[in-house]
Amino acid sequence: MTLTYPFAVLGRQVLGFLAAVGRIAIFALTGISHLFRPPFYPKEFLTALLQIGYFSLPVVGLTTLFTGGALALQIYAGGARFSAESVVPSIVAIGMARELGPVLGGLMVAARVASSIAAEIGTMKVTEQIDALTTLSTEPMKYLVAPRLLAATLAVPVLVGIGDSIGIMGGYLVGITRLDFNPATYLKNTREFLEFWDVASGLWKGAAFGFIVALCGCYFGMNSARGAQGVGRATKTAVVTASVLILAANYVLTEVFFSA
Amino acid sequence: MIELRDVHKAFGPNHVLNGVNLALPKGESMVIIGGSGTGKSVLLKCVLGLVTPDKGEILVGGAPADKGSRDAFLARFGMLFQGGALFDSLPVWQNVAFRLLRGAQKRPKDEARAIAVEKLRRVGLKPAVADLFPAELSGGMQKRVGLARAIAAEPEIIFFDEPTTGLDPIMSGVINELIREIVVEMGATAMTITHDMTSVRAIADRVAMLHGGVIRWTGPVSEMDATPDPYVQQFIHGRAEGPIESVR
Repeated sequence: MTLTYPFAVLGRQVLGFLAAVGRIAIFALTGISHLFRPPFYPKEFLTALLQIGYFSLPVVGLTTLFTGGALALQIYAGGARFSAESVVPSIVAIGMARELGPVLGGLMVAARVASSIAAEIGTMKVTEQIDALTTLSTEPMKYLVAPRLLAATLAVPVLVGIGDSIGIMGGYLVGITRLDFNPATYLKNTREFLEFWDVASGLWKGAAFGFIVALCGCYFGMNSARGAQGVGRATKTAVVTASVLILAANYVLTEVFFSA
Repeated sequence: MIELRDVHKAFGPNHVLNGVNLALPKGESMVIIGGSGTGKSVLLKCVLGLVTPDKGEILVGGAPADKGSRDAFLARFGMLFQGGALFDSLPVWQNVAFRLLRGAQKRPKDEARAIAVEKLRRVGLKPAVADLFPAELSGGMQKRVGLARAIAAEPEIIFFDEPTTGLDPIMSGVINELIREIVVEMGATAMTITHDMTSVRAIADRVAMLHGGVIRWTGPVSEMDATPDPYVQQFIHGRAEGPIESVR
């Protein structure tokens, strides 16, 4: 082993990483370009919208409901240290809308949808269904990827909006039943301190997270290795990558939206 | 109609195709034989554009098969995949009529369904099968549905990838007969890859043997048994002894 060996290993890792980033970027741009070129597949889009949006509602709703409740308890306990218990409604609302609604919604959708897309497309690949699409004059990127990218980008902000409302409702329920808040005062404080941009920034984040979820599911599914193990690995990698990218994108978007 | 000139393809250090030259005239049924792992499927995928050759030329109708002409080629093409490759999420009739429900050959839904049911009848399946999902069918039925899908849009060229693999001898015979009937009836150009010699004798007008990444022998099926080529003789008689190593 020479002295340069560690650098060679590091270099290979860096080059491999950059190549992977490049491949994903090209895949994403190709998928987006198919959204603007006919033929279009509205039925595939509506099916994806239903699968990604409607069927994710229960898991996103339950997650944000419990998170909103727990957040109210935590803020109350923390605020009590400096007699600031009254900030519970506004902090719950701002926290849910800006941060927890989009991030938790995105992560739950990543777990549910990225895995499902990667497994479905990966299985299609290993059973030659993707090749069959090509031989039937149907471009797989247009038929499988583009509708899912669009559906997730549109559906997740809606899920985030609903999740925000349910999370705030969770905080409200805990506030009035466990923390002795007056219901009218709680709602008034929530309304007064919550600004439009708090909600809008969360919805933009939701759109970005939805795109990431569908992109990871489609990319790793389309590049799945053969066999059950290959599909399993693609599914796992899609969920892990989507989750990490969501958290990284959340930081970047927060910097962009709020650092000024 | 389809011509391959000096086609090479390697996957890393594994050189699968080492200069394949092959011509498939219009209206003929060519069967490519060869052992497992000799590159038959890769050859087929090169023609389809699913795999890009490292070197060489593929001509379709006399013109190089680039993206534009390949789209035109695929529009008059049908394929039966080894495992059927039916779309799990669609009922049988929508699998068969896939090409007729979207794209340039789109028809009204009722008409597409009627054609699908007719094609299913053509391959010996009852109309009740039309509304089942692929997972509810046996292997033989899935092959038949795959065959119905391959012929649904009346293609001029049909590829068959291991059409009898995994089927019992009776079902294999049924599929072979169907393929032969359909190819003759439609006047289609057919390319089949298989290592099932019964299929070869039932389907082929001409046979080509792929070994070592090149076409070792090609000729009419009637001359196959008489050829002195030791590779062909070993393969068609299934002998362990001969120039083809039995352990690859």
